[in-house]
Amino acid sequence: MDLIYHSSNVVLSTIKDILPIFGVVIFFQLLVIKKKIENLGRLIYGFVLVIIGLAVFLVGLEEGLFPLGESMSKQLTNFHFLAKGNALLIEHIEKKGIIYPSLYYWTYIFAFFIGFSTTIAEPALIAVALKAKEVSTGAISSWGLRITVAFGVAIGISLGCYRIIIGAPLHWYIVFGYILVICQTFYAPKMIIPLAYDSGGVTTSTVTVPLVTALGIGLASNIPGRSVLIDAFGLIAFASLFPIITVLFFGTVAEWLAKRRKREKAL
Amino acid sequence: MVSFFWNLTKSLFSVFLNVLPILIVVTFFQLFVIKQPFPNLTATISGLFFLLAGLFLFIQGLEIGLFPLGEKMAFQFSAKGNLWGILIFGFAIGFSTTIAEPALIAIAAKAGEIAAHGSAIPNSKESIESFTFGLRITVALSVGIAISVGVLRIIKGWPIHWFIIIGYFFITVITAYAPKEIIGIAYDSGGITTSTITVPLVATLGVGLAASIRGRSPIADGFGLIALASLTPILFVMVYGMIIY
Repeated sequence: MDLIYHSSNVVLSTIKDILPIFGVVIFFQLLVIKKKIENLGRLIYGFVLVIIGLAVFLVGLEEGLFPLGESMSKQLTNFHFLAKGNALLIEHIEKKGIIYPSLYYWTYIFAFFIGFSTTIAEPALIAVALKAKEVSTGAISSWGLRITVAFGVAIGISLGCYRIIIGAPLHWYIVFGYILVICQTFYAPKMIIPLAYDSGGVTTSTVTVPLVTALGIGLASNIPGRSVLIDAFGLIAFASLFPIITVLFFGTVAEWLAKRRKREKAL
Repeated sequence: MVSFFWNLTKSLFSVFLNVLPILIVVTFFQLFVIKQPFPNLTATISGLFFLLAGLFLFIQGLEIGLFPLGEKMAFQFSAKGNLWGILIFGFAIGFSTTIAEPALIAIAAKAGEIAAHGSAIPNSKESIESFTFGLRITVALSVGIAISVGVLRIIKGWPIHWFIIIGYFFITVITAYAPKEIIGIAYDSGGITTSTITVPLVATLGVGLAASIRGRSPIADGFGLIALASLTPILFVMVYGMIIY
């Protein structure tokens, strides 16, 4: 009963999210384009599927995945758990406020894999990957793109956790990442550049954001001298930056390999 | 009948592949690292079925509803040759979807808390609310502007990387002057503004537009709208922070 109540609430809020889009589309269709939409019934049917699908997906996330992810994040960022009852180590951390970045290796590994796996399930990325496959007439495989992006998110969140632990300023990492992206842009094949830039913004959405936020809050509240309000932020920025780097890198390597193969054939 | 069930099984299995990595990661860490049974196994399993069913319906709906709609609108706009119409349309889509975005509402509320905590604004309910609302308007405006500039870029065929490089340059410069407390939120706000329904619609709009204009390639010119929509909020939020603090 609770589940039904909850589900209908989620459906309502999804409809609320989609209403502005609907309003804008109808307004422009009627007053600017002034043309009838063909197959209107089928389009509406598709929209209904999207709304119900997204709502059911969100219920699944909130019922099953998020509580579990939060409790796991709490455990895997807790130095009491990570120090495995080593009393001396715990005393060092608590009394003297010493931070041992290497103690948190399970945090980095968990961050890597949870970043990777949630990105694979991200609906918005599935949509963009399908589109990219369609317009590149199959040259960009949708699984290939998604796995490349997922690697980027994985590296980004892992590194972002390390940054929260050592307490380094966020902007140095981001600025360095930007410089890397700009350098890569000049070597990458033209075709992949816009898609690579897009993948940064696409990845961080329904599944990834709440789980990653839980990880950041877990870390910041567990490390002495860190403030949840300030230090917990920044993981999403990492998760949006690193996919750009991996997609550009992969595109460059793929082009290079294809060229080499061509050259070998010609010889 | 048999082939129908075969196809259904095949597409359900391909959807299952999408959530399989989460299943493996969560099981591994819970059982072998944390070494505890699942706190609520029935909820986890039923949640998984919801994830599968939801993703299945969502992907079907994309192909039937969202993708064709974005394409049709792009073609009709370019057939009409109404430049201002499509620029305003881009702005309206960006603004209206961002202002209602739940992730943005959550992060804006956090930012209000931080600002009151650091006594940048008076610690009262009204001032926090007006700060939060101002932040949401700022981000929504920046996404609206980003989409319409991005649409203009596709129509004109300007290369995307100059926009990104100039954008990054401004972000880097402004970071040096922006209040420290707002930087983390500003960088994060870039990633969260584009929601699961906006992304497919905006992506097909861009691709459809590039496909319907002669001399533009859908793959090289069509993408890039989301990139701009993730970049401008970073800039605008930092500027907002500088004005308020």
